[in-house]
Amino acid sequence: MGALFSFVVVILLILLAYVGVAAVGMQSFFGIVIPYVAVLVFLVGVVYRVIKWGKSPVPFAITTTGGQQKSLEWIKQAKLDNPSSSTGVVGRMALEILLFRSLFRNTKSELRDGRLAYGSGKWLWLAAMAFHWSFLIVLLRHVRLFETPVPSFVNLLESLDGFLQIGAPRLFLTGVILLLAVTYLLLRRFYVRQVRYISLAADYFPLFLIIAVASTGILMRYFFKVDIVSVKELTMGLVSFNPTVPAGVGAIFYVHVFLVSTLFAYFPFSKLMHAGGIYLSPTRNLANDSRAVRHVNPWDYPVKVHTYDEYEDEFREKMIKAGIPVEHYPAPSPEELEKEFGDKDAGVPAGKEE
Amino acid sequence: MAKKTPKPEELSKVDYRRPRKGWMDIPVEFKEGMFCNGTRPGYLETVGMPNPRKWAPKDEDWKLPENWKEIVLNGMQERLEKYRSFRLFMDICVRCGACADKCQFYLGTGDPKNMPVLRAELMRSVYRRYFTTSGKIMGKYAGGRELTLDVLKEWWYYFYQCSECRRCSVFCPYGIDQAEITMIGREILNLLGLNTDWIAGPVANCYMNGNHLGLEPHTVKSNIEFMVDDIEEITGIKVEPTFNREGAEILFVAPSGDLFGDPGTFTAMGYMMLFHEIGLDYTWSTYASEGGNFGSFTSMEMGKRLNYKLYAEAKRLGVKWILGGECGHMWRVVNQYMDTWNGPADFLKVPVSPITGTRFENAASTKMVHIAEFTADLIKNGKLKLDPSRNDHLRVTFHDSCNPARGMGILDEPRYILKNVLNHFYEMPEETIREKTFCCGSGAGLNASENMELRMRGGFPRANAVKYVHQHHGVNMLANICAIDRAALPPLMNYWVPGVDVAGVHELVANAMVMKGEKERTQDLRLEDLPEKEGAENV
Repeated sequence: MGALFSFVVVILLILLAYVGVAAVGMQSFFGIVIPYVAVLVFLVGVVYRVIKWGKSPVPFAITTTGGQQKSLEWIKQAKLDNPSSSTGVVGRMALEILLFRSLFRNTKSELRDGRLAYGSGKWLWLAAMAFHWSFLIVLLRHVRLFETPVPSFVNLLESLDGFLQIGAPRLFLTGVILLLAVTYLLLRRFYVRQVRYISLAADYFPLFLIIAVASTGILMRYFFKVDIVSVKELTMGLVSFNPTVPAGVGAIFYVHVFLVSTLFAYFPFSKLMHAGGIYLSPTRNLANDSRAVRHVNPWDYPVKVHTYDEYEDEFREKMIKAGIPVEHYPAPSPEELEKEFGDKDAGVPAGKEE
Repeated sequence: MAKKTPKPEELSKVDYRRPRKGWMDIPVEFKEGMFCNGTRPGYLETVGMPNPRKWAPKDEDWKLPENWKEIVLNGMQERLEKYRSFRLFMDICVRCGACADKCQFYLGTGDPKNMPVLRAELMRSVYRRYFTTSGKIMGKYAGGRELTLDVLKEWWYYFYQCSECRRCSVFCPYGIDQAEITMIGREILNLLGLNTDWIAGPVANCYMNGNHLGLEPHTVKSNIEFMVDDIEEITGIKVEPTFNREGAEILFVAPSGDLFGDPGTFTAMGYMMLFHEIGLDYTWSTYASEGGNFGSFTSMEMGKRLNYKLYAEAKRLGVKWILGGECGHMWRVVNQYMDTWNGPADFLKVPVSPITGTRFENAASTKMVHIAEFTADLIKNGKLKLDPSRNDHLRVTFHDSCNPARGMGILDEPRYILKNVLNHFYEMPEETIREKTFCCGSGAGLNASENMELRMRGGFPRANAVKYVHQHHGVNMLANICAIDRAALPPLMNYWVPGVDVAGVHELVANAMVMKGEKERTQDLRLEDLPEKEGAENV
């Protein structure tokens, strides 16, 4: 149900933009108003979410340790999986954010004849890496549309991305990889039974949306071939806050922009915020040094405890009888003392049994 | 127990097929053998926790306060503001499913609500409905769910089928930790008096008597004296432990499980033999006679209230630092909570081994050292005379306990010790050890008897790996550094892998340790004949 619902919503979004532009002529609405609103919502939303997370403190040092701790100097510490210093934490976070280190551990378990076996489960990691990195490169390539002259890193990216030299315009590999990877991520939601069972509309929607974004982008570049000069006129107008709508840009461009805008506006209110959340995740971004350096809980408060004195009050007699030293001996008469312990040790019974 | 646990052959046929209905449409069913009894009122009264009354999980009426829903939602709100972890873990899960088959309770039950992601969704769905704009407006379409009594019961059933082992957290790309969600979930359930009897009992005992078992001071002493007698019988040496002794250099705190019942007592004997041999100036305390902390399975506040005794007693006795025994969740608490809760322990000194002079900088603030760190250092510095052949009748593997592995990272210290005190050591498959270790199935207060089927199911992946080394290398001893393991693994082994025994690391250390002035040993710490000696006598 979640999948169908999300699919229909994305189709409706496409139709909305197409009809709006092709039939009603709302180019300025879809080309100017929507992008501005989307970027604004994105920025305000992300800041709002991060501040909201930031406002909740981290009362305890709950690092999840993924390897050997730092203890005796001759025992080799897993400095990245169980960091004890800020450098180690930076390393751990870099591995998580750039290379998805934890996902790389993934295994796949299988039960056969009463035996559990664990195989490699790296496809998810591979698809996730392919998806996120190609998406990033695609995004960076788009900088071409927002800066004149085009920054040299964009030219470099493009020459690498198009190194196969196929077709005109040149085929960018990342676009294809992005589409393949996101398709894999969608298919596993259908075909991996556990993943299918847990998937919500909120999981399918961004996948369909991104598939639509990538597809319209690819269609526009290789098949419909929109007028890139006019497009850049529009995008430059947007970033220079002097927006114009040039004539002759095909409807597909507006559909693409509308879908991207939807993605931006949706981002802060969805699970896509994992992109920001990972930085704040306390099981990953804290050093496992809480025995060496005290972690302070800002909302710590005094609690009711059972003190030693209360304990001794309850058990004093039994303790004395068992020869366990106590703080307060019942005041005995000198005769009793004499009888119990002898002269020498009066009032100071030994802690040990003779 | 109303229901007999099914045979292993039956239990190992786990059905992982996807149920036809969506999980929100399947109401919780309390299956015999899969849950613990509800707490009796007396335990809650002892520590002053809310809503003490007689109740049972299968009852229709849980005798909750009128405004229970408000209490739960306010409880969530409060914790969303207090714990970044909670808010973040509610928000950022992408349901990639990497955690799904990492949980031993899912692997052992096939119940999709035991997948960490879905266990979290039980609460996340309520979070979305009441605490996010989209959920408030779109309800079910945004993955939201009304908080009903059935949902509350579902929380209870599944938050007490999680052993807070953190295995899912190792595999999660964002480090989402179901243990944290379970802990907060249980904390909220406890606002309504919804603890289990098996957790609330030890909590009340520990609060009043100083340890989970409720041993009174003279019993702590006499239990230890029994062990002293056994040690004398085995070695001819009379060790002389002291109790509540002011001015000792070190306060030693062990899990109370080691003072009561095999094979924990053998571990305790091992500690005392070691301390005697190196002449350590230490004392036991009958007041701080528990390193474990069932309070931490109840609420952060209860954890802090029980943990208070350790520093308080160290201060009263005027010791320099604290040495801690072999215990799992105790070390999660010591490593990640104790100093924050009840520190700073500025009245203590940075721990220095009086035998080797090693300064434990890694414990510079908390001032508490793990006995495996302590002993590894002794061995490295050649302070112990060891005869590993005394353990030649044992073929040993090591079970990393969840908390020391994933809430601390004490992995190589116990291995180093084991390799020095015995000759036959074999690792289980790498996906099942170190940070990827499986839980015994009974952690976080699940080691009751009425939920035996759950424990056998949860321990299935661990047992499966033991079975592997049992069959391939003839392993007959499962070593560990956790008192709950020592209580929970013997029945698990009996059930799944008969022929494998369970021992604490320090039992094996003391077996191998040649003590000054000892008589020729013919028995191990279990008072069983050492095999070669038996042979020699027969000649």
